[in-house]
Amino acid sequence: MDFGPHLMLASLEGAVISAILVLTAMGLSLVFGVMRVVNVAHGEFFMLGAVLAWVVSTTLGGHPAIGFIGALIVAPVLVGCIAAGVDRFVLKRVNYDADRTIVATIGVLYIIQQSTLMLYGPEARPVQPPFNTRLSLPWFEFGENGFAMIWPWGLSITSYKLFVIFAAAAVLVALWLLLTRTRIGLIMRATQQDSDTAQAFGVPVGKVYSWVFGLGAGLAALGAVLVVPIQQAHYLMGGDPLLLAFIVVIIGGLGSLPGTVIAALLIGMSDGIISVFFSPTLAKIIATFLVAMVLVFRPQGLLGRAET
Amino acid sequence: MLEVSNIESGYGPVQVLFDVSLQVNAGEILCLMGRNGAGKSTILKAIMGQLPVTGGSITLDGKPLHTMPAHLIPKQGIGYVPQGRRLFKELTVAENIEVGLMTRGEGASTRDWVLDLFPRLRERLSQVAGTLSGGEQQMLATARALCLRPKVLLLDEPTEGLQPSMIELIRQVVIKMKAEGYAIILVEQRVDAVLSIADRVTFIENGKDRETVLAAELRRDKTKLKTYIGV
Repeated sequence: MDFGPHLMLASLEGAVISAILVLTAMGLSLVFGVMRVVNVAHGEFFMLGAVLAWVVSTTLGGHPAIGFIGALIVAPVLVGCIAAGVDRFVLKRVNYDADRTIVATIGVLYIIQQSTLMLYGPEARPVQPPFNTRLSLPWFEFGENGFAMIWPWGLSITSYKLFVIFAAAAVLVALWLLLTRTRIGLIMRATQQDSDTAQAFGVPVGKVYSWVFGLGAGLAALGAVLVVPIQQAHYLMGGDPLLLAFIVVIIGGLGSLPGTVIAALLIGMSDGIISVFFSPTLAKIIATFLVAMVLVFRPQGLLGRAET
Repeated sequence: MLEVSNIESGYGPVQVLFDVSLQVNAGEILCLMGRNGAGKSTILKAIMGQLPVTGGSITLDGKPLHTMPAHLIPKQGIGYVPQGRRLFKELTVAENIEVGLMTRGEGASTRDWVLDLFPRLRERLSQVAGTLSGGEQQMLATARALCLRPKVLLLDEPTEGLQPSMIELIRQVVIKMKAEGYAIILVEQRVDAVLSIADRVTFIENGKDRETVLAAELRRDKTKLKTYIGV
């Protein structure tokens, strides 16, 4: 394959990675933004989403689409409820103290991970995509007959991967509408800026925290449900998304949602492209290096505001 | 209307209030005066449930507030203008007002009433609150509290750092609210401001209410001001 078509293929892979990453990182960023909690267990909520997707789709059986749709609804809601429980019974008990929440969520990480190992086992299990047609993609070239469209061999994407990209975009738009156009969003933003004052205006801050923590985990789980038809569900799969989500959130600016989206696109695309042309390890090295550079030269992140 | 009896409160292990009692009636302005660190703001925070009340009681029309979860207290009809305004700085003026309206489910008529009190805010509805001038921010903080149509209004140094014309405007609004029958607790440092609008003054010293006197009395005899705040 020529460089052009190859690059297009790599970009599409990158777009799929970005799509999943943006959902996971949004969850992390939202939780940090509103609650000032660094949720180290975020990757495990992602993993739980994937494992639950497998459980739901195998329980339901029948056409893959039935299981997939079931998983799409059940997994994020269930994971969200588990996270809300973690908020109420763990984070609230340590008063959302910055250091102690980090230690507490590390504990939650291991509890979820090891429970999954005991109940689900060490196998990696696939979930069937609801549809998976291979779509050939055209490329343009200037040949002897002038401008022409060709279909290079190997330049293709599956319909499912395209769906993932669009689904993630749709979720992002929905999240943005929720935050900016609804009362729930207004309450969340008010709590984010000044929780004491929000409480003085009747906002039940404790409940808002539980909802936000649940929503953040639910977003990670949703990303995971979308990814399991491409990548199998395994009890250790939470590590990479956690690292990448942290990288994205730091580069984007802690708590800045637009920054998170931009950074997710940047990291996802570079991860996809570098993985295709060089190696996935190099992609991770570069991403981590980027974080170091951001921390040195722009500690507040791309769109973050400096603390005053 | 609002009655604070013998409360004790503080920040964690540090007790700040010792046996504080005060009360304010409808259509009355009670000023809290005292030196910095005497515990004036702490009293307001304790009323709002932001600090644990470890002793005594706070009641509104006989209903206990000190046992209530903090977010339900404003819903009983207490509007709070915190020290330093504490606006939701990245939200717009309209959104700040909306948060106030949501507290007690107030609607468009209250919004109009509040914006008529502060016409300047109506011109800036879509502006982000953090970019307003100091005076406008204070207007917004006051407007946000009035959005509750509260029975009791708590104002913590509302004129701090404002230019004279703004101070006068806030003063006019406070007087108007008193005429409408609000019970008002005002924490204020400036003696002239207190003497011109207060009905009664409670002096706070070292986390304890020392004495409550009629403002009219203070206007005649200023020796107490010297005793408690040194002016």
